[in-house]
Amino acid sequence: MSTNTMETQVTTSALCATDLRVETDAGVEILHGVSFTLQPGRILALVGESGSGKTTAGLACMGHFRQGLAKGTGTVSLGGGEAGNILDLPDHQLRRLRGKTISYVPQDPALSLNPSMRIGEQIAETLRVHQIGATDSEHRLRVAEVLAEVGLPNDRAYQRRYPHQLSGGQQQRVGIAMAFACRPSVIVLDEPTTGLDVTTQAVVLQTIDELAERHQVAGLYITHDLAVVAQIADEVAVMLSGDIVEHGATDQVLYSPRHGYTRRLLAAVPDLAGKRRVGQVEAITGEQPLVVPGPHGVPDTTGSTALVDDAKPLSGTGHRATPAAADPHPLLRVRDLSHSYGEHQVLDGIGFQLLEGESMMLLGESGSGKTTLSRCVAGLNDAYTGSIELFGEELATGTRARSSEDRRRIQYVFQSPFSSLNPRRTIAESVGVPLQMSGIGDKRKRRALVREALDQVKLGERFMERRPGDLSGGERQRAAIARALVNAPSLLVCDEITSALDVSVQASILDLLRTLQTDHNMSMLFVTHNIALARHISQRLAVLQKGKIVDIGTTDEVLDNPQHHYTQELLANVPTFK
Amino acid sequence: MSTVDDAVEQGVAVSRPPRLLARMMRQRQAKVGMVLTLAVLLVALAGPLLLPWLTGHTSTEFTGRPFTDTGVFGTDNLGRDVLSRFLDGGLRLIIYAALATALGMVVGVAVGMTAAYSRGRVDALVMRGNDVLLALPQLVFALLAITVLGPQGWVLVVVIGITHAPRIARVTRSATASVITEDYIRASEMYAVPKWKILLTEVLPNITGPLMVELGLRMTYSIGFVAALSFLGLGMQPPTADWGLMINESRIALVVQPWGVLLPVAAIAVLTVGTNLLTDSLARASANMNAGK
Repeated sequence: MSTNTMETQVTTSALCATDLRVETDAGVEILHGVSFTLQPGRILALVGESGSGKTTAGLACMGHFRQGLAKGTGTVSLGGGEAGNILDLPDHQLRRLRGKTISYVPQDPALSLNPSMRIGEQIAETLRVHQIGATDSEHRLRVAEVLAEVGLPNDRAYQRRYPHQLSGGQQQRVGIAMAFACRPSVIVLDEPTTGLDVTTQAVVLQTIDELAERHQVAGLYITHDLAVVAQIADEVAVMLSGDIVEHGATDQVLYSPRHGYTRRLLAAVPDLAGKRRVGQVEAITGEQPLVVPGPHGVPDTTGSTALVDDAKPLSGTGHRATPAAADPHPLLRVRDLSHSYGEHQVLDGIGFQLLEGESMMLLGESGSGKTTLSRCVAGLNDAYTGSIELFGEELATGTRARSSEDRRRIQYVFQSPFSSLNPRRTIAESVGVPLQMSGIGDKRKRRALVREALDQVKLGERFMERRPGDLSGGERQRAAIARALVNAPSLLVCDEITSALDVSVQASILDLLRTLQTDHNMSMLFVTHNIALARHISQRLAVLQKGKIVDIGTTDEVLDNPQHHYTQELLANVPTFK
Repeated sequence: MSTVDDAVEQGVAVSRPPRLLARMMRQRQAKVGMVLTLAVLLVALAGPLLLPWLTGHTSTEFTGRPFTDTGVFGTDNLGRDVLSRFLDGGLRLIIYAALATALGMVVGVAVGMTAAYSRGRVDALVMRGNDVLLALPQLVFALLAITVLGPQGWVLVVVIGITHAPRIARVTRSATASVITEDYIRASEMYAVPKWKILLTEVLPNITGPLMVELGLRMTYSIGFVAALSFLGLGMQPPTADWGLMINESRIALVVQPWGVLLPVAAIAVLTVGTNLLTDSLARASANMNAGK
């Protein structure tokens, strides 16, 4: 970038951050001289994995530093620079800028809106605080205007609603309306669509794009999701542990990345077509046939599939050449499974079966009943009606009523690794619990098995005496998987196990699961909301909507030829790049 | 692949906040509280051992006429040495208070955890019963029990302990309620770990923060109650040396011989203020990672 173009940019920029450095209270620098400029009407995406400092950089633009961080150094100047360096402003001047000139959309709308205040009133509050419009009627006019802009109804009745009367997507749009209400020149968006379903996400992204364009607002979009970046951003800055390692136009960064980290990050994003190789084991696509043929699949007679370039041959690949016995018997059969919370029917007549060594994805958005279904199978939810059979024998409803052998056969991995391990117990203790409960009393034997399980998930012996607090999210999830594997189960139920993790960590977990599946001929129920993972993990796919299975078949059948309009809609809204 | 992982993993390993006790002790008021508490504890624990050697008298020996200035701090209403009685009178108070607190904690924590964990009807039943007990003033309840059973040490400990239990149960229940929704509890249930074991190994270690605060608070109250009951003549009985009893016996001669009252009063006050300061800073440390900065 020549100095010439730099100067012209500075004159037209809405916000210019130079050499931003932030330290923790303990004196560890976590942001090492980050610089970027925002231009009116354009959106810069700040991309990075957790801990890369992207949120810290975003908040620093508003002169805010989270607890535990010392005030940063460097300069952040707005527009023509008349406000001076934001980082040097006293609190009362900062307060005048925030919301009016530079506004913020936080990640979770459910937490950021005041639950006891009507939404119209909440938007009007920002206007009143910044004295935009003199009278109540002017405020009301503006509130109605911004609500219409974000595509919400703006009548009085709607304005009188409370946040809990809105859906997640509507709440986030109210948050965006609030941020745009004072017509700011800069807006910082901190992962505003992370908790939303793909369909809702598409609408929210479109809203942000339109508003930024119409009001010539400069946007800083903080995210970890590269597919979202492709849709919304004009420019991308990739962050890695406190540094911007690559910065450029979206097309250039995403389609011809220069930095090695960007390339690796891009390679870790699962794609719907399954073309990209996430992790070392290939995705499951038409060219790379199934490990074990599904009921509708063609038996795999092509033998071993060639591994591409640097991938090391895995011990499990030998199994591919010899598919399981000619007549695979159903491992799990679910028949007419129903469950309701009071009036609300969560599951409605679910039926499917799963073969030995087969992996099936249960796809559904929040509220579709996918977690309830997986918990019924694992015996964590005992209030269902219908039957669940394992190896042809009907299972008792709750885990405590099931035999210890049945409990051993079905293992469940929880969504959040941050809550599924007891923070006060060591990894070895947590992983050893299933062994203890299945009657292995000998401590030394237990330790040996725990070590083996930790080896399987590629956590070494050195993790045994650590506590979850010392582990990263990915390591914790591996430990949780080790707990499920330690008893050699026949069926592994994975409930959204990668949704709390970064893409690169997700890739390594997917890799691990595929290896385990081929090595141990284990069946897997993989519950997720992310359709892009389908070809990377499952041979069969079941789409769940409002407690019913609306589409089921081999992954290719469902993705290439979706029968239900809901599946078609999902496929249409998947944010993709390339 | 591995390089991406490494980079991410490094980013996560930011410096960890210091442990609970370290956060507590770096607050100035915790240091003050610790000094005050330790000073009184030292007097109470070491006092009885030093007795005839240090003052030349035991705590029940008559050394002179009532309310004269024989000895360092004079004599009490029966002519016993005040300093000897003071040195001898703290240990029982502290032991009784500690036993009562321990009893209350065990009962209260067990009840609270069970109620929160069983939820539904059992929870409602236990907690409403709890509310009924809470409605009775602690001191009135203690007076009643002591009048019926007589003023003996075990009655004192049991009555104070039992009246603490409902209060501790409340705190335990709310602390447990926030922990039992965690997935690791669900995981243990999935492995059919016995319920008592889940409570002991999964829940209890995770609610020690609020329980420590409650322990400190109840210890302070226990000291106050034992002293108050002795003062009322329902706790320790004469001729035992006891701070509460000393205050009662010597209060008639406050002007003539103030040391008989002032020494035990000061000791009890310093002890309760000290434990209170400690508890306060512990509460702050468990609520705020940056306490004391």
